[in-house]
Amino acid sequence: MNTIWALAGVVIKEMYRRKDFYVLFVLTALITIAAGMVNFFHDPKIVRYVKDICMLLIWISALLIAIVTTARQIPAERESRTIFPLLAKPVTRAQFILGKFLGCWLASGIALLVFYVFFAIITGSREQHWPWLTYLQAIWLQWAMLAVVIALSLCGSIISAAPSSTTTICFIAVAGILLVGGHLNTVALHQSQPLQTIFYTIYFLIPHLEWFDIRDRVIYDWGLVNWLDCVLATLYAAAYTGLFLLLTWLGFRRKSLNT
Amino acid sequence: MKASPYLVLALALTVCFTLATGIEPRAATWSNRSKSDNVFSMLFGDGRRLFANQFFTMADVYFHSGYYPSIFDLREEGTKEIVAATHDQAEDEEQEKKEDFLGKPKDWIDRFGRHFHITEHTHLEHSNEREILPWLRLAADMDPQKIETYTVGSYFMRQHLNRPREAEAFLREGLRNNLNSHEILFELGRLYDENDHDTGRARDVWQLALYKWSKDPEAVKDNKLAFEAITVHLARLEREAGNWQQAINWFQAAQKVSPDPNALQQRIDEIKKKMAAQSSPTNSQPH
Repeated sequence: MNTIWALAGVVIKEMYRRKDFYVLFVLTALITIAAGMVNFFHDPKIVRYVKDICMLLIWISALLIAIVTTARQIPAERESRTIFPLLAKPVTRAQFILGKFLGCWLASGIALLVFYVFFAIITGSREQHWPWLTYLQAIWLQWAMLAVVIALSLCGSIISAAPSSTTTICFIAVAGILLVGGHLNTVALHQSQPLQTIFYTIYFLIPHLEWFDIRDRVIYDWGLVNWLDCVLATLYAAAYTGLFLLLTWLGFRRKSLNT
Repeated sequence: MKASPYLVLALALTVCFTLATGIEPRAATWSNRSKSDNVFSMLFGDGRRLFANQFFTMADVYFHSGYYPSIFDLREEGTKEIVAATHDQAEDEEQEKKEDFLGKPKDWIDRFGRHFHITEHTHLEHSNEREILPWLRLAADMDPQKIETYTVGSYFMRQHLNRPREAEAFLREGLRNNLNSHEILFELGRLYDENDHDTGRARDVWQLALYKWSKDPEAVKDNKLAFEAITVHLARLEREAGNWQQAINWFQAAQKVSPDPNALQQRIDEIKKKMAAQSSPTNSQPH
């Protein structure tokens, strides 16, 4: 376990040394503050549009950080050939995969925490109330969703050698699932065979990441999701994360490391 | 002879500045862009009107606190509820059923997913209606000719947020952009009548609205309900002011286009009764 933590620690250090997070955070902060300063009909209590913009930016930024950080992990180690001394030590390939996953996941979690603290300060200063439990649920569910995304990106980085192609494909896949995934059953109903079966198969196979998007509940003050549902969704995310990590390990264990 | 690079740079800057002062006034006349007083029209041109509809829809999404059909959900395309609200149309049970676009869950994924999303049909209330205003402001900036934006915005500001002056300013802005809009004039009349209780101003504005309506061939042909709304409001105003004969005239005008002329006839009869009651004691007085 210590090996996995050591590998994860390196990934976290890499995140705060790189500029990606800082650039995205500053952009999010600037856009949100600029939007918040706009005066609509001299009413300072209008706040939901600021929450909407800020949450959207947080989701985009978190996805970018998670996918970009993960997609370059293994290709970068191979390209710089640091993977050889790393695996020559008593580090198995499974530990290497788990360490990279944990590092990326924790790094995304830290970034998410910073974003949500900013969100709470901005919206709380206008609304004068802080629904901490709702924020806690939102951050937890988003983090659980990011676990699936990170595992998927890690799996993609085994298949594709270039981080840019892995990033692009993963981003399209995740955006597609978030926007269309939940509606594939409705679309399938209006198709003829064999398209209907194909759509239904995809619908039941893909991880339903849209469940974890409770932005609307936060923006429109709809209150908490049932905690049991949160636990079940977490287990669902854990199952898909495990599946993608298993596929990554299966692909990586016999893979030639020469570039 | 070798020129100093600083001198060359200074010369280049001077030439640029001189050229700019000479060309800039002419460049302003090359296109209509510089005449624009709106940053959106400068950035998007006429394409901004596409965004206006989207922003207007966003106002309706906020009015429903996020409970809104996506492009995948089948729903009859009708009047948006923020627009219906301005016509004081209350939702009946049938309408409520139509709004239930989700239906029953189709499978376990759908059923479980609903625990995380908004599944209740509600409308903003208790002054939270203010949350729709940013989207209406943007819609008005994107498409200043979209009249509904002004009437809806004004209605919510004066009726639910107690901000009649902001509502009036928004309507005035709409009127500047749409000089012949009878809809905006009608809404302006309602503001003067219901919020300011300024009967004289309301009467003038509604009469102007009626004139604008009569000069709009499309409205005369297809929008008879607008005529009915204006005339009925004028009739009520005259009735409250005690100008009964005038009130009867307006009600009779409204009857010609109303889908329910009998209801209007009842009101005419009521006024006639009042007129008779008022005149009979005068008649019975001994000379």
